[in-house]
Amino acid sequence: MFSNPDLWKFIFGRLTWQDILPETIVVYTFIVVAIGGVAIVAAITYYRKWGYLWNEWITSIDHKKIGAMYMILGLVMFVRGFSDAAMMRSQQAIAFGANQGYLPPHHYDQIFTAHGVIMIFFAAMPLITGLMNFVVPLQIGARDVAFPFLNNFSFWMTAAGAVIVMISLFVGVFAMTGWLAYPPLSELPYSPDTGVDYYIWGLQVAGIGTLLSGVNMVATIIKMRAPGMSMMKMPVFTWTALCTNILIVAAFPVLTAVLALLALDRYAGTHFFTNTGGGDQMMYVNLIWIWGHPEVYILVLPCFGVYSEVVATFCGKRLFGYASMVYATIVITILSYLVWLHHFFTMGSGASVNSFFGITTMIISIPTGAKIFNWLFTMYKGRIRFELPMMWSVAFMITFVIGGMTGVMLAVPPADFVLHNSLFLIAHFHNVIIGGVLFGIFAAINYWFPKAFGFKLDQFWGKVSFWLWVPGFYLAFMPLYVLGLMGITRRLNHFDDPSLQIWFVIAAFGALLIGGGILAMLVQIGVSIARRDQLRDVTGDPWDGRTLEWSTSSPPPEYNFAFTPIVYDHDAWWDMKDRGYVRPREGFRPIHMPKNTGTGAILAALAVAFAFGMIWYMWWLAAVSFVAMIVVAIGHTFNYNRDFDIPVETVVATEGERTALLARHA
Amino acid sequence: MLRKLLLGSLVAPAMLALSGCNMVVLDPSGYIAAQQRDIIVISTILMLLIIVPVILLTIFFAWKYRQSRNAEYRPEWSHSTRLEVVIWSAPLAIIIALGSITWVSTHTLDPYRPLERISAGQAVTPQNKPLTVEVVSMNWKWLFFYPEEGIATVNELAAPVDRPIYFKITSSDLMNSFYIPALAGQIYSMAGMETKLHAVINKPGVYDGFSANYSGAGFSGMNFKFHGLSEADFKAWVDKVKAGGDELSVSTYETLAKPSSNDPVHYYRSVAPDLYHDILNRCVGHAEPCMDKVMAMDHGHKAEGGGGADEMADMPGMAHHDAPEAKGAGSNAAAATGN
Repeated sequence: MFSNPDLWKFIFGRLTWQDILPETIVVYTFIVVAIGGVAIVAAITYYRKWGYLWNEWITSIDHKKIGAMYMILGLVMFVRGFSDAAMMRSQQAIAFGANQGYLPPHHYDQIFTAHGVIMIFFAAMPLITGLMNFVVPLQIGARDVAFPFLNNFSFWMTAAGAVIVMISLFVGVFAMTGWLAYPPLSELPYSPDTGVDYYIWGLQVAGIGTLLSGVNMVATIIKMRAPGMSMMKMPVFTWTALCTNILIVAAFPVLTAVLALLALDRYAGTHFFTNTGGGDQMMYVNLIWIWGHPEVYILVLPCFGVYSEVVATFCGKRLFGYASMVYATIVITILSYLVWLHHFFTMGSGASVNSFFGITTMIISIPTGAKIFNWLFTMYKGRIRFELPMMWSVAFMITFVIGGMTGVMLAVPPADFVLHNSLFLIAHFHNVIIGGVLFGIFAAINYWFPKAFGFKLDQFWGKVSFWLWVPGFYLAFMPLYVLGLMGITRRLNHFDDPSLQIWFVIAAFGALLIGGGILAMLVQIGVSIARRDQLRDVTGDPWDGRTLEWSTSSPPPEYNFAFTPIVYDHDAWWDMKDRGYVRPREGFRPIHMPKNTGTGAILAALAVAFAFGMIWYMWWLAAVSFVAMIVVAIGHTFNYNRDFDIPVETVVATEGERTALLARHA
Repeated sequence: MLRKLLLGSLVAPAMLALSGCNMVVLDPSGYIAAQQRDIIVISTILMLLIIVPVILLTIFFAWKYRQSRNAEYRPEWSHSTRLEVVIWSAPLAIIIALGSITWVSTHTLDPYRPLERISAGQAVTPQNKPLTVEVVSMNWKWLFFYPEEGIATVNELAAPVDRPIYFKITSSDLMNSFYIPALAGQIYSMAGMETKLHAVINKPGVYDGFSANYSGAGFSGMNFKFHGLSEADFKAWVDKVKAGGDELSVSTYETLAKPSSNDPVHYYRSVAPDLYHDILNRCVGHAEPCMDKVMAMDHGHKAEGGGGADEMADMPGMAHHDAPEAKGAGSNAAAATGN
């Protein structure tokens, strides 16, 4: 049957045997991944956990479980993104003069592209979305998000995007274009292989998930707050989540549109961004940054929210300047749309245009600076407990202002002309993304982990991780500032000047420390699971918290709150404790809840098949899976059996157990 | 004067500390790059005014108010109008200062603006006729045309010291960025479009130049040397190119245009007529109509009074709609050069 080349081409498109596991280095990776995968599948089968996984996790519409799955996805992809980083650092540390290093451009260019794409879209985004998913409904006193099924579907589409990008590791190649795939390099004549197509379809599929989860969160925060929680009584994390999701809803459609135009260029022969036929590559750069700049605020705003919660909690003090914190967040949200051109001052815009965007960029540093001062004055006359979340917050405050400073330097166009695309720029954005976003995520994981799983994370290994991460970060990125001032540009895989080598070696050593920090973090999770009985949180309020999530048990029951709380203050739980709140013991009623559904996972699986078909030109597969997606989606609308009531006996039993537990530890 | 003193006193120790490495961005040899360096230094100092106190206060508060010290504790203190005014207005003041510097310096250091001074103490006079260099980024090498001298070079650039240089920059295919850190800031090179850069080198020497925008497999080797030469040495260099070079005909160009990396320096004693123009307008060898002609045609058409499609012809990227025979059309050249 396969002697017929036309039939082969019909079935497999442009996929050939050579495309599968094309290089030795990838074969090793594949073997490791395959062994790990087989081990996990075998373990699940051995312990007969497939049904549990399907019923309790994959089909779950519980925002807490979906939040946890986002976090797991984010951490797994973070490890993949870090291994790309480690390869880049080691290549740049050795590739001098006659030594070409071990990564030829074909590999190296895929690795830095994958590093950027994975870290932004499949590590940082899921981690942020996961946090908001878990925390927001609890903070506003809701039982779930506004659209629980949509939430499950959003998660699986994000995971599907990650799967598509991961497939490119073993089947075909990934993009060799840099993480934003600027044309004309990303156009068919210059990137004829599957790399850019994996990029386009991976991001399109994940983008649907991100957009829908943004819609869901905005609706949740606007409509589902507990009675009494007016906008100016919302916890700051919820405020930042609202602003971030408004940014998502406004920005992601632009990304979808620009990638669709690029896809039309590559698949249908249009000329939106080509060199010929009237295409305009500058338009792509414009459009992608209209999404891309808000994107960095999408990542960092929720982390600002995390620091606000953590600093207030661990200083045992009301957040200084709540109102100015809220207005600063709103100002940043609006301004984040007025700065995108600073990513391409060097593209030949006039001086007035460049200075306009330079100055708007600087203006963002005013509300950001105000926030830093607010945290600072929250610490003032507080009583600071240096638990892990607070340690990460202090590390953030010191690190982030340095990144902010170099960011404002880059916002001055004449300075940008000499620093643009240099390693100074790389150092700057890692300074704000690691120092701002990642440190915030680590603070958040240590802070909310006991709420999610009922036991605290081990402090010793958390401190080991912290003390490897923070110096590791400085060692890895401060040399890049120096190299940038030496005029060294980004994305080079080989250098002629041996005097640069020492700086790259220091940076590689820093990356090694960061690797140790990541390892310590994994050990921390493992040790904490093993020691969970000693680390158990029985009160539901392990940190003497201030917001509503700490008023329920750890982990919270499926329905979050047996009674919807009534809010009088933005530190609602602190206020309740202050007024001598007594937990109700009776008067429980049945609770109306949504039912699990497998539709989200099925649709996402079909999306992977569709994307694979499009990438490899297997048109039949793309057509069949696309039609199947429509059919499943329509079919789902006929499923009227989608809710149920938790019987009052169950609520009474659950709450009774908690009463007994609290009494035992009182 | 005060500014100089301030700069000197702050830059000198930093320079000393980092003298082990060649920080070309902080110690350039061209007047434009030197002014850009000054902007970096001034903006850093301005921001340190606020960054240093913040970092010190963070450390101090973290130490002073830690639980074990039992310092003053005011759990309900969370508002102070006076403090709020300060924390909003202090960054605002810095940004007003920096914003003013930005507005002025962005205009004076606009790469499209012809030079007014050769160095801080020397204005440009009509005698300082600029040297025009046409730059083409190719896969993956640099091609330089010297229209007045009638020569061209690959991966080597030379210019006389203290004479303004006027670069016109385009690309054969991919987006690159033309950057000589010692001379002046970078500017992108894009196919079918022309960007510009005015600069001057003030010290003789050999400097590094390269592409600062990733453009594919051969990107890492896309380097060249820039020679700042005395007027006499520059003449000698031109003569050397004329004596030792080949002819750059259309067919030689087409061979050169094939992708290659780490190319050696190459000299061309003569250049086919209008070759740079044809590269910019995507019509080398005239197999396709030149973009500028197509655009001129579109404009002529519009003058006769056409329909809706003609109105669109005025917009960048739309010009080819009513010129279906013109495959290589587009008004991008106009869009970029008209800036």
